[in-house]
Amino acid sequence: MSDLHKEVSDLEQKSATAARLFDIRRIIGGLFVVYGIIVTIAGISPSDADLKKAQGVHINLWTGLAMLALGLFFLVWMKLRPAQAPAHAPEDTPAK
Amino acid sequence: MQYLAAGLRLPTNGLDYTILAIYFVVVLGIGFAARASVKTSLDFFLSGRSLPAWVTGLAFVAANLGATEILGMAATGAQYGVAVVHWYWIGAIPAMVFLGLVMMPFYYRSKVRSVPEFLLQRFDKSAHLLSSILFAFSAILIAGVNLYALSIVVEALLGWPQWVAIVVAGLFVLVYITIGGLSSAIYNEVLQFFVILAALIPLTLLGLKRVGGWDGLSGSLEKSHGHDFMTAWGGTSIGHANPLGANWLTIILGLGFVLSFGYWTTNFAEVQRALSAKNLSAAQRTPLIAAFPKMFIVFVVMIPGLVAAVVVPDIGTAGSGTTYNDAIPLLMRELLPNGVLGIAVTGLLAAFMAGMAANVSSFNTVFTTDIWARYVKKDQPDAYYLRFGRLITALGVLASIGTAFIAASFSNIMSYLQTLFSFFNVPLFVVFIIGMFWKRASMKSGVWGLLAGTTAAMVNYFVIYKQGVIDIPSDQGANFVSAIVGFVAGAVVMIAVTLFTAPKPEAELAGLVYGTESPDAAEVPDEGDSAWYRRPALLGWGAIVLAALCYVPYSF
Repeated sequence: MSDLHKEVSDLEQKSATAARLFDIRRIIGGLFVVYGIIVTIAGISPSDADLKKAQGVHINLWTGLAMLALGLFFLVWMKLRPAQAPAHAPEDTPAK
Repeated sequence: MQYLAAGLRLPTNGLDYTILAIYFVVVLGIGFAARASVKTSLDFFLSGRSLPAWVTGLAFVAANLGATEILGMAATGAQYGVAVVHWYWIGAIPAMVFLGLVMMPFYYRSKVRSVPEFLLQRFDKSAHLLSSILFAFSAILIAGVNLYALSIVVEALLGWPQWVAIVVAGLFVLVYITIGGLSSAIYNEVLQFFVILAALIPLTLLGLKRVGGWDGLSGSLEKSHGHDFMTAWGGTSIGHANPLGANWLTIILGLGFVLSFGYWTTNFAEVQRALSAKNLSAAQRTPLIAAFPKMFIVFVVMIPGLVAAVVVPDIGTAGSGTTYNDAIPLLMRELLPNGVLGIAVTGLLAAFMAGMAANVSSFNTVFTTDIWARYVKKDQPDAYYLRFGRLITALGVLASIGTAFIAASFSNIMSYLQTLFSFFNVPLFVVFIIGMFWKRASMKSGVWGLLAGTTAAMVNYFVIYKQGVIDIPSDQGANFVSAIVGFVAGAVVMIAVTLFTAPKPEAELAGLVYGTESPDAAEVPDEGDSAWYRRPALLGWGAIVLAALCYVPYSF
């Protein structure tokens, strides 16, 4: 038991994830802003056939705007609450 | 495994393919960007135990939200009606809350890196090796089946040949997990979670509009399928026939207790997400945060299934040329214009890949830390295990690609094997629960409990049910009963073996069993973890109450 504890604690000390892993909010935000723009543009003037297919709903427009809003939400959230500095820094910080 | 009907080709165009291509680029980008954070084997297998709770929580729910699950649950909705909610509200939420509130302190504080490793600490090597090997096999099998299912869907919807889809999706998963490790898998799962919702929510809303809203939907289904189809519990009294082939008792005990607790609390592909959280509070909150989206996902899966049952009244029946699994693809074709259609296709593919990646990223951990590092090459430097982990990830993906090709020619054997492995989860749960709460449970009782429970569940399913000794109306119902039998048999054998064999020395049980102190100094809680909305008990009980309330409108 104590062996495992020691081994994993050691590895936790050396772990680089907390210090170096990027913030996923940037990716979600970025992708959804891009998707939002693409789908919104596709939805600005739908063809009659598309509109009929979607039961008369401007579905691309609404989905696009919703995705855009979600993307912006993540970017704003990241801006307002940046990731905290890790509780323990890795022992060495090699410039790799 | 007849997955989808032929002739479901979607009218995709360049816009949809652009959306899909962007997603594939981002998936790889996440893998490469996560590479810088992988320095130790712990980074690779468990993200260095340092991720925030909302990330691990969404990954926890997304790891389960594979495309086989989405298509399968929509199919269950089209076939059995509103009863599909049982798989969510009683078949998931209580188990997730139990994992978070009761079991996670033992898992996380003991610093185990996998579910089998906990068995090694609590019981002995035989229980450990048995569960490690079975888990490794079933993870590859499920990854392969996922890949095969993906290839069928892609062939039907986009017209790519099956082998192209298998190889392309397999290689993408190989690259991003081999490079970025678990962090890459988890980040992609979080992304997939949002993309699949962006696909399913518009589909659900348009579907409802198509059939005249919820009232129109329930009106037409009550007329065609009867009142019980639109209720959760209708026709489930004991001795009463219903299409599910189960009564309220087997639903609550078999599905709600044994099967779901077995899956959610001991399946390492799920638990791994919680173990990668940054502290105990975050680990506890992982399944609890996941419980809330899980509770409401049923609506965006069930409603398309029900709508499909209205739009295509003969769906799934022989001669209609459709299967129940077609529910969501059919509606995608009928309702979504290009653009949203691209999002939906991307969401489905992302869900397939994430479902496969969850299995691969848990397989490599168990194979490396539990099998290779314990029994084959001990005491190597950490860099060796990191390299080996990457190698075995690649080999694991190649093995699942192979499995997918085997599944393509012997699909019956595959579904048979899947049933077989599913019976292993049940006794695993009983062994955990007795091991965590009964100090006396002996070292040897673990492996015997596992063997006895698995055997009993299999005998019940394959001999007693399949040979017709007892009469259970459906495979589903028989599954529930087998789970209960396996649970009871495992418990009885564990208690019996314990009475005759030596207990584990008390000192070695510290932190593993209820009522013992963890040797770790009390962890310093993170600033802000004391906020009321981060209290595990509140989140957990809140989820239970909300799930119970969800039942109210569908119970009468």
